[in-house]
Amino acid sequence: MCFVLKAINYVLQYALKKPYGVLYKKKNITRPFEDQTSLEFFSKKSDCSLFMFGSHNKKRPNNLVIGRMYDYHVLDMIEVGIEKFVSLKDIKNSKCPEGTKPMLIFAGDDFDVTEDYRRLKSLLIDFFRGPTVSNVRLAGLEYVLHFTALNGKIYFRSYKLLLKKSGCRTPRIELEEMGPSLDLVLRRTHLASDDLYKLSMKMPKALKPKKKKNVSHDTFGTTYGRIHMQKQDLSKLQTRKMKGLKKRPAERKAEDQEKKSKRIKKD
Amino acid sequence: MEGQSVEELLAKAERDEAEKLQRITVHKELELEFDLGNLLASDRNPPTGLRHAGPTQEAELRALARDNTQLLINQLWQLPTDRVEEALVARLPEPTTRLPREKPVPRPRPLTRWQQFARLKGIRPKKKTNLVWDEGSGQWRRRWGYQRARDDTKEWLIEVPGNADPMEDQFAKRIQAKKERVAKNELNRLRNLARAHKLRLPSAAGMHPTGHQSKEELGRAVQVARVSTASVGRFQERLPKEKAPRGSGKKRKFQPLFGDFAAEKNSQLEMLRIMNSKKPQLDVTRATNKQMREEDQEEAAKRRKMSQKGKRKGGRQGPGGKRKGGPPSQGGKRKGGPPSQGGKRKGGLGGKMNSGRPGLSGKRKGGQHQGGKRRK
Repeated sequence: MCFVLKAINYVLQYALKKPYGVLYKKKNITRPFEDQTSLEFFSKKSDCSLFMFGSHNKKRPNNLVIGRMYDYHVLDMIEVGIEKFVSLKDIKNSKCPEGTKPMLIFAGDDFDVTEDYRRLKSLLIDFFRGPTVSNVRLAGLEYVLHFTALNGKIYFRSYKLLLKKSGCRTPRIELEEMGPSLDLVLRRTHLASDDLYKLSMKMPKALKPKKKKNVSHDTFGTTYGRIHMQKQDLSKLQTRKMKGLKKRPAERKAEDQEKKSKRIKKD
Repeated sequence: MEGQSVEELLAKAERDEAEKLQRITVHKELELEFDLGNLLASDRNPPTGLRHAGPTQEAELRALARDNTQLLINQLWQLPTDRVEEALVARLPEPTTRLPREKPVPRPRPLTRWQQFARLKGIRPKKKTNLVWDEGSGQWRRRWGYQRARDDTKEWLIEVPGNADPMEDQFAKRIQAKKERVAKNELNRLRNLARAHKLRLPSAAGMHPTGHQSKEELGRAVQVARVSTASVGRFQERLPKEKAPRGSGKKRKFQPLFGDFAAEKNSQLEMLRIMNSKKPQLDVTRATNKQMREEDQEEAAKRRKMSQKGKRKGGRQGPGGKRKGGPPSQGGKRKGGPPSQGGKRKGGLGGKMNSGRPGLSGKRKGGQHQGGKRRK
């Protein structure tokens, strides 16, 4: 689902996205931020919506542009600079199989502060999450991508998961640095206008979550439910018992005697 | 005394539990946000431990990652699991993060022929029971499918109807009828599909020579056959009584470059006159026709909405067919007006102002019939 053009460090992206990626190796001189037509052309050609473009020049060394498309037009584009890069090959240990669905973790409060960072987070999720599945094999969760936002930099690390025995059912996790690691610096951004973004987020009616009937929520977080009752027989209603009005045993005896005498009289 | 020992036991059990969980518990100030459908976790805690960039950064990053991953794994292990071929599989919920779509939302499909008809007539699907009582076997059987209630194919005796040929194979006839029904259904389905995707399939209407073809179909077949030569029918002679085909020939006709000088002069002067005149040239006929068409469309849309609302409320059907009266027309006439008004309409060139004829009532000539035609 992504294509990479002229990337100096294409190994890392391509290896991460196999087998869903298309790599264009030819050195195309395009400037994504000025002219988007060539990007759109490539996207149409390969029917991809996510793309990564790498370039290197004196002004912007080790540049990487990550972007996504909506309807073959550029939606969001974020340019990051790579400060430190350790590739898959540099770290010598066993890797996990290609195409495993990675777990994504975003750390740092920066990811929610600015709109840029929020879009970047959404873009990275979109890029790295892989195909949507309904079941996942618990033993097959091997790959973790960890993004930390700190001091204006984003640290991207990938780890391999080792499940160790703990006293209970859930295992204890140990991590082993496996994959590529990058230190990224945010440079330019080209974010979609609000209405285009809204249009792209539109969900067809079938996918919208169904509204539950007779359940409503308060602004304070209280959930209200509504129950429909049948008509009540008010004579059989259970009310408060006034203990003071209760008949004492002596009184009750007196009443019984009266009733008896009345009956004898009748007879 | 006993109460105390019970308490002690409980406390001990708690301590054991805590010890067990110690290996997998992680303390965080702010809870993480999980989206298990995407295997995603977001940690809002500011990474204070890493503030000072130093050589130990990698180890600290790894520790942070380990903590966060532990929490995510704890959540994942809480999910309901299945056993699929000796592997433990967790059922993931729907992803909650909203991400933009790749392609725009698909447009609503056009209604199939049956749906249009049902809409028009106000037919709603009848709710049918799943099981039907079968007299023959004396039990409840399904309405269709395996071991259905009234199964035609299982009959061992078919009476020959009075008007049929006694030598005819009734069983084969039944099988043939079924095949024809299936084929017809398939054809209709494909046609609906083609209409939905607006595919222009070549109509092979008259091309299959059955014994019974209408005159038009044969005519069409003849035309197609004539054109399917190497020179696209240019040197094909016509039969003695065959008429020339309609609609063939050039689609646009241009005036010759020089010929009728007087006519050319007149047309140029007319154009100049129109350009110089201050009054805008309004072709009232066209304008009124356009207006009427818009009004008709609005009415049709409104009627459709009403019928929808009516359906929802209780199956009452709004006016679907003819309409009476309609918006009063201003002046001008419909397309089928007198030929003097018709003819060529090139924008406002002809300068055919109908201001001289407002007196004529805006009667619709053959109104209903025309309306029907226009609706196509």
